[in-house]
Parts: sequence; C-alpha cells; structure tokens
Amino acid sequence: MPGLPVQAQVERVYREDSRRILATLIRLLGDFDLAEEALHEAFFIAVERWQRDGVPDNPRAWLVSTGRFKAIDALRRRARFAASQPLLIAQLEALEQADWSDEDVEDDRLRLIFTCCHPALAADAQVPLTLREVCDLTTEEIARAFLSAPATIAQRIVRAKAKIRDAKIPYQVPTLAELPERLDSVLRVIYLVFNEGYSASIGAELIREDLTREAIRLGRLLVELLPEPEVMGLLALMLLHESRRPARTSVSGELIVLDEQDRSLWDAGLISEGCTLVEQALTMGRFGPYCLQAAIAAVHAEAPTAGETDWPQIVGLYDVLLRAVPSPVIELNRAAAISQRDGPLAGLTLVDAILERGELLDYHLAHSARAQFCRQLGRKQEARAAWERALALTRQEPERRFIEERLKALD
Amino acid sequence: MKYLCLVYSDERLLHSLPESPKDEECMAYAESIQGSGRMVAAEALESVQTATTVRMRNGKMSITDGPFAETKEQLAGFYLIDAKDLNEAIQVAGNIPAARVGSVEVRPVRQLNP
Repeated sequence: MPGLPVQAQVERVYREDSRRILATLIRLLGDFDLAEEALHEAFFIAVERWQRDGVPDNPRAWLVSTGRFKAIDALRRRARFAASQPLLIAQLEALEQADWSDEDVEDDRLRLIFTCCHPALAADAQVPLTLREVCDLTTEEIARAFLSAPATIAQRIVRAKAKIRDAKIPYQVPTLAELPERLDSVLRVIYLVFNEGYSASIGAELIREDLTREAIRLGRLLVELLPEPEVMGLLALMLLHESRRPARTSVSGELIVLDEQDRSLWDAGLISEGCTLVEQALTMGRFGPYCLQAAIAAVHAEAPTAGETDWPQIVGLYDVLLRAVPSPVIELNRAAAISQRDGPLAGLTLVDAILERGELLDYHLAHSARAQFCRQLGRKQEARAAWERALALTRQEPERRFIEERLKALD
Repeated sequence: MKYLCLVYSDERLLHSLPESPKDEECMAYAESIQGSGRMVAAEALESVQTATTVRMRNGKMSITDGPFAETKEQLAGFYLIDAKDLNEAIQVAGNIPAARVGSVEVRPVRQLNP
C-alpha cells in the first residue's frame, strides 16, 4: 500500500475490510446499529489521523479499536437515560486486543447464516430460513429446491423466526469450538444456494449468476475460516460446476447437456483450482459427500472429450457416495453413469427400480433419464411418454424447450 | 431473560450408571451457577413414584397416583436461570451433571400479559 495517497488507502481498506470490521464490532457491541455507527466514525477519524501519523501497521485492528472507543462514547451519552448502559460500557472497556484477533469469524453474513442454522432450530427450517433471510430467495424458489409446497416452507420459516425471537437465539458468531457441529447445515445451505443459482427453478433464466457467485463467495470465506475437507470439497464442487457455465447454455439460452458441451469453453482456471482443492481434501481423510461429488465433477473436468470420460471411476465414486448418503437422487445419477459404462438397459433397469419404489415420481430429471434410455433402446413410445411426463413436471423455461426439442426429434 | 431447564432421565438409571453424578457434584454445580449470578432456583425432585396428579373438571377435583404421562424419561429436577440468551442458557443446561445420563429441556419463560 505505501505510495498510495492516504485517502486512497483508507478507501481500499474500506472496500476490502469494512465487512469484517463491522462483523467484529457487531460481536463486540452486540448491537447492529451501534456497530454501524462506530464503523463509520472510525473510518471518518482514520482519514484525518492516518494523514497526520501515517497508516498503522494493522489498519483493521486500529479501526476496530477506534470504533470501540467511539461506541463507548456514544453509550456514555446515552447512559444518562438508560440504567443498563454503565455495565455494557465497563464490559467494553475491559476488552483486549485479543478479543478481535483474526481467528474470530469475520463475515457478518456468515454470522447471520450461523444464526439461521442454529441447532436449536428445526433441521428442516434452518435451510429455508437462511435462504430467505440471508440470500433473499422467495418462498417459491426455496420450495422448488426442496421439492415441497410453498405453504409448508412458509410455515417452517415463520416457526423458526418465532423461536429465534421467543427463545432469544442470539445473532452471534459461533466460537471456533462450536463451529464443527454447526457446519453441516451451513454447507447444505451454501450448496442449495449454489444449486438454486445454477439451475434457477422457475422462469426463463437458467443460470442466476448472482446466486452462484454469492454461494462461491461464502464457500471461499468458509474455507478460509475452517479448512476442513468437506468445506474444501464443497468449494471445489461449486467451482467445477461453475467452470462449465459458459458451455452450458447456447447463445439463444438453450440448455446444452454435458456430453454435447464445447469443452474448450470450460474455465480452465476454475477447473485447476477445483481439482487442486479436491486432491488436497481427499488426502486429508475425513472426507464426505461434498468431496466425493467434487471428485466426480473433477473426473468429468479432466476428460478432454465426452467419449474419453472415465466412467468406471465415476461409477466407483457414486458407489462410495451412495453408501455415505443413501438418496434416490444420487441413485438416479449413478444410474446415468452405469448406463454410460454398461449401456442404456442397465440404466433403465435402475431408474425403473427407483420409480417402482414410489420415489422421484415428481422429479422431472428421473423421467428425462428414463426417456433418454428408452430412446437409446429404440423404445419410442415409452420415450415419448417419459418426455411428456418430464415436460409436465419441469418449470424451467430452457429445460422445457430442451425437452420439446427431444420430443420433436423422436418423430 | 429467564429459562427453565427441565432435567429428565430414566429414574432407574439416574444414580446407577458409571457416569451418574453424585449429590456433591450436583451441589457444587448449583453453587457455581449461584456464584455466576444466573441462578433463580434449582431443586432435585423425589422419585416419580411419589408423584400425584391433580385435575379440576367442572369444579370437581380428581386426584390420581403417578405422573401425568407415562414416559421413558421422568422429570428429575430443574434449574430456573437468568441468561442473556439461548446460547448462554444452553451452556448452563449442558453442564448440569445429570445431562450426562439424561436430557435437559430448555424453555424460555413466558411473560404473562395481564
């Protein structure tokens, strides 16, 4: 930074660090408004003071410290009116530099996510609440991501908010000791946000870049904060999916499936970052579903052409994944990989087994997969019926057009 | 804010497991909560065998032996505490010695609005 005029340096610190400083101040002061005020006063003072005395070695710590003093001043002014303030002032004065060391969780949105994913909230409410409050998704979007009804989701959110209020769940950053147990649902939330962005559920636009970018930003932040294998696995998974974005839709917005994508459009930088993260995570052990899914995405990313994909390895990874997290959606993906390795009849048998159990009946991709396999087997009538079922179930405009194209191609 | 921490456990096991707390430990914990200024009240209860359930219906009192509901875990004691938020209440509740063999339900106290 030396060389830049002081004003520019203050602006740069603001741009890069103001959210972290705010998060720390919220934690120290326990009050959003007071923290906001203190942050702005601290930057205001910095412009003048750094001009005179030079930029401090640790501008962030300086700003937190200055913000804290300004907050104490503000509380003193208020203390004349409120009896509880002297106690808070005494607490604030007793704080030491260590109370805002870099080890503390730094991002205030992450802090809000951790609150929304508080284990005292019902598990099925944590994700919708976070998507609603932190990411501003609508109840309908959340319902689609969960394959459930908007009214159900709305009710869960209302109940969770009532519990936060009535049981007084604090807007508080979990300590590092508490983090691991809070992590699972946070990872799930971030991935759902990414998925919602990657295949926006309703409407014309297939990819909502703001959501995927937000999810990746949160993922990076979490890796920085807690470099656990699954955290790295999740980031890798998102980066590897994101790398295909330029190849995933045509200029006219049509969906292009993986094996028809122009691989030269894939983002090599994201692929290499994602692959490095997966490798790192896998060597650490303790890996789980995110690492495994990222590893599958990495196998795809490393194949120069669709025909050169290492399907046996992908099937093997799905086997491990299915043992770790039994789920019909993963079974469906495994069926697709099996069909690539062993032919469409093997895939069809597996998909039919899932549907016969009564699972994924309302999931359009299950019927799309069935249609593909039937078409490859020359069973036109069945393929048509399955495409039509998929068409009736999908609400994504590009997906609808994609299916309509396939239906036409059957004629 | 006040929270009621209801300590439940299977009575037959409460005092007989290797990790079962002794009375001295329970006393010491209650004193530490007292010392931290968060204690309102705390008591251990006699066995559920001693419980009596009372109902008032149409002005008539009915009295029956035993607890209101037959459950695997019985109410064994309680802490009424003052905590700044649920996280703090959870900390207090989680360290109640009987939580090692039973479970603690943490309930915020509702303000009556007369």
